[in-house]
Amino acid sequence: MPDRSMIEIRNVTRSYGTFKALDDANLAIREGEFFSLLGPSGCGKTTLLRMIAGFDTPTSGSILIDGQPMDGIPANRRPTNMVFQSYAIFPHLNVEQNVAYGLKRMRLDAAEEKRRVDEALAMVSLAGLGKRGATELSGGQRQRVALARALVMRPKVLLLDEPLSALDKKLREQMQVELRRLQQAVGITFILVTHDQYEALAMSDRIAVMFGGKIAQVAAPKEIYQRPVNRQVADFLGGMNFIKAEIVDDAGTSIVVDTLGFGRVKTDKPAAYVKNGSAATIGIRPERLRVLWDDATARHEVAGTVVERHYFGEITHLIVEVPGMDRPLSVTETNDFGADDLPLGATIRLGYDPDALVAMAD
Amino acid sequence: MKRLLDRWLPAYAALYIVFLYLPVLLLPIFSINTSAVPKFPLSGFTFKWYEELPRTTALLDAAWNSFIVGIAASLLATILGICAARAITRYRFPGRRPINGLIMAPLILPEIIVAVSMLLVLQRMGLGLTLFTVVLGHVLICIPYSVTVLTSGFEGFDRSLEEASADLGETAWGTFRRVTLPMMAPAIISSLLVSFTISLDDFIMAFFLAGTETTLPIYIWGQLRFAAKLPSVLALGTLLLVGSFILLTIAETLRRRAERRTHLTGVAVA
Repeated sequence: MPDRSMIEIRNVTRSYGTFKALDDANLAIREGEFFSLLGPSGCGKTTLLRMIAGFDTPTSGSILIDGQPMDGIPANRRPTNMVFQSYAIFPHLNVEQNVAYGLKRMRLDAAEEKRRVDEALAMVSLAGLGKRGATELSGGQRQRVALARALVMRPKVLLLDEPLSALDKKLREQMQVELRRLQQAVGITFILVTHDQYEALAMSDRIAVMFGGKIAQVAAPKEIYQRPVNRQVADFLGGMNFIKAEIVDDAGTSIVVDTLGFGRVKTDKPAAYVKNGSAATIGIRPERLRVLWDDATARHEVAGTVVERHYFGEITHLIVEVPGMDRPLSVTETNDFGADDLPLGATIRLGYDPDALVAMAD
Repeated sequence: MKRLLDRWLPAYAALYIVFLYLPVLLLPIFSINTSAVPKFPLSGFTFKWYEELPRTTALLDAAWNSFIVGIAASLLATILGICAARAITRYRFPGRRPINGLIMAPLILPEIIVAVSMLLVLQRMGLGLTLFTVVLGHVLICIPYSVTVLTSGFEGFDRSLEEASADLGETAWGTFRRVTLPMMAPAIISSLLVSFTISLDDFIMAFFLAGTETTLPIYIWGQLRFAAKLPSVLALGTLLLVGSFILLTIAETLRRRAERRTHLTGVAVA
């Protein structure tokens, strides 16, 4: 049953006085899914995670885990385990004792307990480090211990609270791959809280993007990135060119718009699209515009003048002024053909796929 | 002006320290002097004043009383201190600061006033003066110290450690037993030692509240009336001094170790 809901969030609100940390959230997370809660700090993502874990209680609404309502059930009796942002490794215990901490209450026989601890340590590539003291571990190792300590409990849901934010860039990227691999191997539902859009895109099956206590969009990474429902989501996920447009024809699932600079365009209408009179906003990601060199042509082109150039090693970021547009376009180009050498003031043609243009709410 | 300060400040500091500690240094020196009169030049070396101590029954009784009172007062002060320190560091509640201030107040209130007040209240309540009333008085003066030591233990103790324990299925009591207590052990032992030392050294509370019982400081005070007993008082004083010093050193070492350990649990040091 791959589509069975493991977590259901029903009309959950959490207020602190007049401030709503979470405002009438509804969400269903599927069994075996790698799900990310993505948003800036203060958007309510951690509040939601802590309510699923049982460290916080909804002001109203209810949370179901595997079909069971969690009202009044404390953290220690929920089928969830958490990897804390600070890892919360018990400093007075060694690696093995940390991992075995939760098993102690199950009163397994010693051999079975040892087998499960070793299995968990092997899963996170820490085999043989069981006797190491908690204070003698590197950041990456502490994180692995925190993972093993949670996974050894065989939870129905593993909750990860910004688990990679304390690691340096290289280790973080390595752990993203490992976490994803691990999730697929164990098949447990993972819920990740993060403010790093790349992390969410790289690891998740689906992402919920949150702002100011509300869930703005829930979709697969590609959908979220390419078809954001509004400017806020589009902006948070990465660079986006916003183009003013006027609706010419609104035909059910698609609309036809007249744009400044891009002419008349037909585009899919996103599900959550809100019509705002005849005005519309069209977006295109900077990397979906490509420089046309020499006499190369594309079915759809737009021409402009390079006004700024920023070099980033493997790519160059160009700012291109297009006649008739109210603001310049951002273009991200690989450096294979010399985008890093384009002189300022040069006139260039940009090709694009009309599918890359997306209509969204303001 | 600056040159003048540079020259005289170290001299002042040295003088100050001599003034502070010379009398204390004289105590052990005269306690091993053969003469019964504490004056220079020293007449000879002896341990006889120390050898006399364990043969004095009144002294042994007083020592035993002090020991019992010290144990009881330090246990009570530490248990109450754990509750107070935990509340102060963990929860935000109205009146937190004033309450904290009131807990610390015995540090600056004149002890003799507190002792007299307690005497009045206890007698009105019809409680006879026994070692138990001394324990009550000592708990009162020990609590500011135990709360200070324990608060520094609880501060920086990463709250997510207790959450992690609950998350792993442990009950509130189990979490306290398996995580909070072991993490706090150095601070708790340190609080016990500090409280015990304060109780052991206290004269005023014991003087007012002990009734017919004696504790060590009261015994010492009583002996000062007899000039011939002075050397053995000096010997006893030396022992108390050394004992207190050792206990407080252990307490401070443990407190620092607890502080280091709780601070290590934050975001990882790679």
